[in-house]
Amino acid sequence: MNIDVSTIFQIAGIGIIVAMIHTVLKQMGKEDMAHWVTVIGFVVVLFMVVRLLNDLFQEIKTIFLFQ
Amino acid sequence: MLQIVGIGLLATVLILIVREQKPIFAFLISAFVGIGIFLAMIGKIDSVVSVLEDLADRSGIPSVYLKTMLKIIGIAYIAEFGAQIVRDSGMESVASKIEFAGKMLILVMSVPIISVMIETVLNLLPS
Repeated sequence: MNIDVSTIFQIAGIGIIVAMIHTVLKQMGKEDMAHWVTVIGFVVVLFMVVRLLNDLFQEIKTIFLFQ
Repeated sequence: MLQIVGIGLLATVLILIVREQKPIFAFLISAFVGIGIFLAMIGKIDSVVSVLEDLADRSGIPSVYLKTMLKIIGIAYIAEFGAQIVRDSGMESVASKIEFAGKMLILVMSVPIISVMIETVLNLLPS
């Protein structure tokens, strides 16, 4: 029973910082750059989540599906 | 248990904070927390499953039935998990399709068991 709480904080922090950068870039009038920042942050966090999801599916496969 | 509840409360607060700015990240946090709690609990399910296998071995039930049953439980877990995460992000229709697919797969897997049961009942009936 060891969930890495730090990763949850990491994701939330990335979200807040990306929102901040988005706002600043928008104020500077660089709309397209702001959207790219959002997309890149999203992809980074998506990598974290997908890696954990892969772990989960492997566990379920080994326990329930006998593969 | 306290750990799980604490992580849930913490994640809820973080999601509420982040959702104001970027809803996508709120969705990812909720998915991550769900996966983490599930991973923490799955080790305990493992021990229960091994006890069940032991019992089935001792009582002489063919292991195909137990395997099918465990596969059905696994499919139910995965389908429920995915559907809940999708439903959280507001896609009710996609979630209900995932649940439908899970139900269909469970039905397909349980067809051999149902047919064996009906055969047994038919054998019991006097002809």
